[in-house]
Amino acid sequence: MKQKKLIAALLLALPATVALADITVGVTVSATGPAASLGIPEKNTFALLPATIAGQKVKLVLLDDASDTTTAVKNAKKFVAEEKVDVIIGSTITPASLAMVDVAAEAETPMISMAASRLIVDPVDAKRRWVFKTPQNDAQMSTAISEHMSNNNVKKIAYIGFSDAYGEGWAHEFAGVAQVRKIEIVANERFNRADTSVTGQVLKIIAAKPDAVLIGGAGTPAALPQKALKERGYKGLIYQTHGVANNDFLRVCGKDCEGTFLPAGPVLVADQLPADNPVKKSAQEYVGKYEGAHGKGSVSTFGAHAWDAFKLLEAAAPAALKKAQPGSKEFRAALRDALEGVKNLPVAHGVFNMSPTDHLGFDQRARVMVKIEGGAWKLVK
Amino acid sequence: MDFQIALLLGQDGLTNGAIYALLALALVLVFAVTRVIFIPQGEFVAYGALTLAMLQAGKLPTTLWLILALGAAAAVLDGAQALRHGAARKLPRLLAVNLAVPLALWGLLANIDLAGLPLLAQVALTLAVVVPLGPMIYRLAYQPIAEAPVLILLIVSVAVHVVLIGLGLLFFGAEGTRTPAFTEGTLDLGTTTLQYQTLWILAISAVLIVALYAFFGRSIYGKALRATALNRTGARLMGISTTMAGKLSFTLAALIGAFSGILISPITTLYYDSGFLIGLKGFVGAIIGGLASYPVAAAGALLVGFLESYSSFYASAYKEVIVFTLIIPVLLWRSLTSHHAEEEE
Repeated sequence: MKQKKLIAALLLALPATVALADITVGVTVSATGPAASLGIPEKNTFALLPATIAGQKVKLVLLDDASDTTTAVKNAKKFVAEEKVDVIIGSTITPASLAMVDVAAEAETPMISMAASRLIVDPVDAKRRWVFKTPQNDAQMSTAISEHMSNNNVKKIAYIGFSDAYGEGWAHEFAGVAQVRKIEIVANERFNRADTSVTGQVLKIIAAKPDAVLIGGAGTPAALPQKALKERGYKGLIYQTHGVANNDFLRVCGKDCEGTFLPAGPVLVADQLPADNPVKKSAQEYVGKYEGAHGKGSVSTFGAHAWDAFKLLEAAAPAALKKAQPGSKEFRAALRDALEGVKNLPVAHGVFNMSPTDHLGFDQRARVMVKIEGGAWKLVK
Repeated sequence: MDFQIALLLGQDGLTNGAIYALLALALVLVFAVTRVIFIPQGEFVAYGALTLAMLQAGKLPTTLWLILALGAAAAVLDGAQALRHGAARKLPRLLAVNLAVPLALWGLLANIDLAGLPLLAQVALTLAVVVPLGPMIYRLAYQPIAEAPVLILLIVSVAVHVVLIGLGLLFFGAEGTRTPAFTEGTLDLGTTTLQYQTLWILAISAVLIVALYAFFGRSIYGKALRATALNRTGARLMGISTTMAGKLSFTLAALIGAFSGILISPITTLYYDSGFLIGLKGFVGAIIGGLASYPVAAAGALLVGFLESYSSFYASAYKEVIVFTLIIPVLLWRSLTSHHAEEEE
């Protein structure tokens, strides 16, 4: 008798637990290692996210991949095999994200990367069907720079970038757009993130007499060539990339960075955007949330990529929930379709318009030119 | 390349080379006395620079917690050992060195306006916080296995390095810092200019090298270290404590490392993990000196500095490759010329 009651109770309880299945999100960020300055604000952002999507509880599983490709793949495998996640968010950097594409595609789990390279989502093939990303392509940023250069009558530029994927990627992208705009690259140098001196490279650049210098580095290490250029009396224009868009860069570079131009996501200058800009409200929402939790001036554009990834999920999940239950293969497929169908979604970095051939979905509204003035970011109108 | 560029590159190479030379000397010293290849040497550079930066920002340096924790651990270990051997009278001194000093430092740092202090006092406080890490690390990581083969000591070094890097990220965060120069401005030399900080680096490096020379040549402790390096058993028979020698050599290594960090942080941005590469270049210098000869190690480190500077001009993408490839012909030359008389184990 007792046993029967128990079975009856279990049977009653069963549909209830299925109906309450959480949306499980596997997040891998590079909170330690070389990309820590990008990964830490992303990690902080995940702590600010709402606990539910469309009334459904969200379970976040957050792991650190130490900026290491192998660990990122291990994390992704753990997500699909042990946690049975509905979607993977991550990783912070391109090499790790590229390696995770295979895992996501094999497990037929949608993945949203927070790394920049175009190659993560382009071309959309059998594997990349499952992969989306939130940061702007380097190409979008480099066209913004070359356009600004042409407008300012720059004919000859020198490039100095990291001797890693980031610096090489920019060198490659920029060489392409520079050719279109008939800008000559007169020096092409590399330096290491951990270098203590770039005097040699800088002397060579100055000897080549460029109209402008483009520095392809991320975070505070990108301040080193700029400081060395100023120290050696370089007077021309200096461009940085969106990789430097955090306040630590301003602190380290100080007065040597006055007058520097860089392309960045609109979130960097959210308050200065004109009121009719569709991104203004959504960008301010993120800045307000982040600074509310971590203090004024703490926000960086990198954390906003994590925020945008979640916004994307938030927009896509309701449609998928109508078709299937979280935790099932059908839900993951429905979620992928819904992500691909996201239209006109304003987020912190721009407006998403996904399509079967474009898994980034950003247009020109996802970037602005910014100038460093008086130790702060100023929108270039 | 004209003469002026060559001159500027030479100056740059000399500045970096001076720092590498200091680190190379510390590496040779530690290896000679304790047979430890001290990979974490570079970490002291980062810890020194970043601790100074925290002091200047008016913050309590987080490195303080590390010496408190390590001090407590050392006190427990040493205390238990002293009690087991019935030497309770050693306890007060043990506790004073390992616990009271860090605690007093904490009390001092928490109660004064750190940002408002003159630079000299800030540097002194930084050294007071960072240098005790040297002997404490020796006590906890190396002293228990002091007689182990070189390979095991090397593996422990790798472990200590990884731990210190991880703690560095925790203590200082992922972003880098710079500190203001000892003397701002540049010196105009007609064809070229020289930053005052560069002069400071060269002058202080030279003073430190001469001081080390005098220490080993004239003081009784220096002679004890040399005796231990030459023959451990013999030195012990003469009443020299090898533990004392180990701790002393680690103290010197930490002092040199932290001071190097303080010297270069005004001319470059340092990160929690910058020290490793700087230490590694010092290590290339030390290898050129066969991990035995101080003058050759210092000269080798200067060579590394120059090579780095000139190769960054000619082929910046291959700079590190060129610098570290230097080690292969050096090892080849050393193995062809030296007779095998190093290790009898």
